[in-house]
Amino acid sequence: MSNVGIVIVSHSPDVAKGAADMVRQMVGHGIPLAWTGGNPDGGLGTSVEKILAAIEHAWSDAGVAILVDMGGAETNSEMAIEMLPAERADKVVICNAPVVEGAVMAATEAWGGSDLATVKRTAEELNHMT
Amino acid sequence: MNSNSASDSAVGNASFALDPRRARAIVTAIAQRLIAATDELTQLDQAIGDGDHGLNMKRGFAAVLAEMDSLAATTTPALFTGVGRTLVMKVGGASGPLYGTLFMQLGKSWPPELSRAALHNCLHDAVAAVAARGKSQTGQKTMLDVLVPVVTALGTGADRGQLRALAGMCAEATVPMEAVRGRASFLKERSIGHMDPGARSSQLLIEAVCDDLEQNA
Repeated sequence: MSNVGIVIVSHSPDVAKGAADMVRQMVGHGIPLAWTGGNPDGGLGTSVEKILAAIEHAWSDAGVAILVDMGGAETNSEMAIEMLPAERADKVVICNAPVVEGAVMAATEAWGGSDLATVKRTAEELNHMT
Repeated sequence: MNSNSASDSAVGNASFALDPRRARAIVTAIAQRLIAATDELTQLDQAIGDGDHGLNMKRGFAAVLAEMDSLAATTTPALFTGVGRTLVMKVGGASGPLYGTLFMQLGKSWPPELSRAALHNCLHDAVAAVAARGKSQTGQKTMLDVLVPVVTALGTGADRGQLRALAGMCAEATVPMEAVRGRASFLKERSIGHMDPGARSSQLLIEAVCDDLEQNA
């Protein structure tokens, strides 16, 4: 698949899955998509190991855009990106955008075949809307 | 080598080469200290964070203890790197990458010969890596408010007792600070009046190291 992949990371598996469900409803299976939530014990939190697995699942040669909810989700996603092989790390970005709306916007942009930078920019444009 | 053995003996001179056995003992002491403080760290984090710091640290350091046999089967820097990696993978909150980065950078920067100056440089690298990871600096009510001054004091000749006391004072000093990083920053001025849980866990880490060095001096 040459469309940019989307990874959704939330402290809550329910939120991550719910956001992914919304993305699927919007764009069907037109993009690689993965979600992850919960700490390594399954409680609220995030897990670098699970984020790495989600990136792998949603991998696309066009790159992967990650949407995060807050705090540790971002730090753990940054850590996960650094642990990727260098040639992959360059193709993964974290979008500074609200997780649900950002995921839907990023996925819609990715579905249209836009490149990674455009996908990220579209998700982040949400921050400038009032 | 630093020839100033009077000040060197406080933390690390030639006779205190940190072989993997000693490194294992120190990491074990840190893990036990932090696991024992689970409830206290949780309570601190419930006041200004999301209440998971105690359990996250417990999960991470319990995993470190469980993997200790294989982690300690190598060199001291490899042990630290392995501890860091385990924390990154197992903690589940932002403290995983933060404490994980501390240990991974220790492993990366560990000097071939241990002097106070070499240890200071290595710890300085490790704390700088934590600051970069958290995009933070001192004065923002974080673990850096303990780690940075303690490492600086180590570089200027402080002994174990002074380092331990300084760590306590610095953790205390986060109480009146307003958080600008991490979850506590959502509370803005309401974060004032509570000790930062990360500063407290860093204080406990330093205490555990100082105590262990003292007992095995």
